[in-house]
Amino acid sequence: MQNIPPASARRPGFQLRRVVNFFYHRPRGLLALLLLAPLLWFGVVYLGSLGALLIQSFFHLDDFTGQVVREFTLQTYGELLSRSNGDIILRTVGMAASVTIAAAILAFPLAYYMARHAPPRLKAALSLAILLPLWSNYLVRVYSWKLILAQEGVLSWFIRLFHLEGLLNLLLSLPSIGGTSLSVSAFGPFLAFLYLWLPYMILPMQAALERVPLSLTEASADLGGRNWATFRWVILPLGFPGVVAGSIFTFSLTLGDFIVPSILGNSSLFIGQVAYIQQGTAGNIPIAAAFTVVPMIIMTFYLIGAKRLGAFDAL
Amino acid sequence: MLVNAVCDPSLALSPGANVPLQSLGAGEGKLSILAWPGYIERGETDESYDWVTGFENGTGCKVNVKTAATSDEMVTLMNQGGYDLVTASGDATQRLIAGGKVQQVNTDLIPSWKTVDPRLQDAPWHTLEGKHYGVPYQWGSNVLMYNTQTFPKPPTSWDVVFREQQLPDGKSNKGRVQAYDGAIYIADAALYLKEHQPELGITDPYELNQAQFDAAIALLKGQRQLIGRYWHDANVQVDDFVSEGVVASSAWPFQVNLLKSKESPIDSTIPLEGATGWADTTMVHTQAQHPNCAYKWLEHSLSPKVQGDVAAWFGSVPVVPAACKGNALLGAEGCATNGSENFEKISFWRTPVAMCDGEKKCVPYSKWVSSYIAIIGSK
Repeated sequence: MQNIPPASARRPGFQLRRVVNFFYHRPRGLLALLLLAPLLWFGVVYLGSLGALLIQSFFHLDDFTGQVVREFTLQTYGELLSRSNGDIILRTVGMAASVTIAAAILAFPLAYYMARHAPPRLKAALSLAILLPLWSNYLVRVYSWKLILAQEGVLSWFIRLFHLEGLLNLLLSLPSIGGTSLSVSAFGPFLAFLYLWLPYMILPMQAALERVPLSLTEASADLGGRNWATFRWVILPLGFPGVVAGSIFTFSLTLGDFIVPSILGNSSLFIGQVAYIQQGTAGNIPIAAAFTVVPMIIMTFYLIGAKRLGAFDAL
Repeated sequence: MLVNAVCDPSLALSPGANVPLQSLGAGEGKLSILAWPGYIERGETDESYDWVTGFENGTGCKVNVKTAATSDEMVTLMNQGGYDLVTASGDATQRLIAGGKVQQVNTDLIPSWKTVDPRLQDAPWHTLEGKHYGVPYQWGSNVLMYNTQTFPKPPTSWDVVFREQQLPDGKSNKGRVQAYDGAIYIADAALYLKEHQPELGITDPYELNQAQFDAAIALLKGQRQLIGRYWHDANVQVDDFVSEGVVASSAWPFQVNLLKSKESPIDSTIPLEGATGWADTTMVHTQAQHPNCAYKWLEHSLSPKVQGDVAAWFGSVPVVPAACKGNALLGAEGCATNGSENFEKISFWRTPVAMCDGEKKCVPYSKWVSSYIAIIGSK
């Protein structure tokens, strides 16, 4: 047992040491090795598929044969601008914008309270309550909203209980966003989206508000700033990057979703659904690709704007 | 598997789609099937619905099932290969045959072939120039599902979902009817127009020229005003009938059976215009690695017990009429409930193509899709 092991048995350890030494003297080499897999993933799989998508959108579908014609053309983008397709884009962007604004308004007071006033225990409990829905299945939550908002659902029952039918009917008779019931009208997907994405708005907002130094609000008070003035001129500007950061999530998630509008709402299509249908049985991959390019362009500009507003410092 | 493919003598006899298998050998021990969800059950959901275990024990062919949700997915997966069999619907079969992905089937090697409903034996969706490219599996129809409290008598026409009118309960049908959320529904409109506007000269709802197509689109645009929500998910539709006040819609027997089992006041009918429907075929891949097991399954799939069990599980109709009698799961009235009497009234689902009657004069499916999207978004 005390014999020195033969040289061959020592070799693996020796080899390992050589490898370690090699990388110790070349830290960039080690970095390159560690980053190789993720870089390959992003470069080839991630960007590669986006590139393929972009190329597809410059082809077009021959209506007679139903085959994709692989020649460069802007015809597909021309179709994208037709009235019905334009409506789909506007509808999706409109929904994403209204969900984002509503989420910001709803989330701000809670985030503010959690960041600046809530005692630690309550803060932990509130964080848990916000994150808890994310632990249940997305589909289950969407379907439960369908049940809540149905004509004979829970919400209608309460509305009848408090004799608010008049108000509901007024809401549902609104042109273009009304419908036969809350779940069938545009309010259905709106409420479901708002519920689904609210946590993604609250958390970055809270993080940004926590970073506003107490000393600044005290300085504002010392200089005679009342509550509102302090809020308007100190807290809001400093916390705003958090709002923008949260809005990236709410906006982009709504823009790309195709499940909620297929379960709730009046069947009017959203961008994600059209991409799904067109690349499916229709086999019209060019138009599906062109539709997918739209949210990519919108989000590019959105992210540039968000960066200018300092949103990435708040993440 | 590779070794199997190389050494199997029967493979050498089936070089392509043109020459079917001439004789059967021993099973290869494996079978890979691409199927609709619910079509191949081995008792995992409900143990009384199992038509795989018995087959495996009897033939030694271990069955591996892959499910696909759309016809499109099926065609893509078949193009990739690796499957022996596919249960393809009428829109996929023609694409698979044209693409050379499925082989001609030698019906002489399938003893139960003669028990298949004669009306389906030469059906155009699996027969090309007198050659069979598959074995019928199940069929079904889209029915008019209605609420029996609103309609004490069954509606006789699809009118109730296409034109604004007062329903028997005195209220308008606006917001209380549904239509299918897929471009193929344009065929339903065409079927309605075939009866009510004969001057259009519609003969086949899947082969529409521009004028006929435009008329169908105009009808569907009017229908849009009546519809709160289109349906595409069977369970969502069931929910809409229960809690959204929907009283009439096109539907599958599946939803009707489900709602009836919940004691809902629901029934279904095939109105005078007829209805659209689907017929599925089990087809063999050109490069099937287990052709003997595949043929054993084709024979097995036609046995009355399997046919009846599938029909009971899926809400479809067996292609073997004998399966309608004496099946415990299906019951005595099962076939009639699932629509077996409606065969003559059904226009079976096909993919609309530009080429019809040898000329490029029909509106192709891609146009169907973009037009239907425009209609649904027009509210």
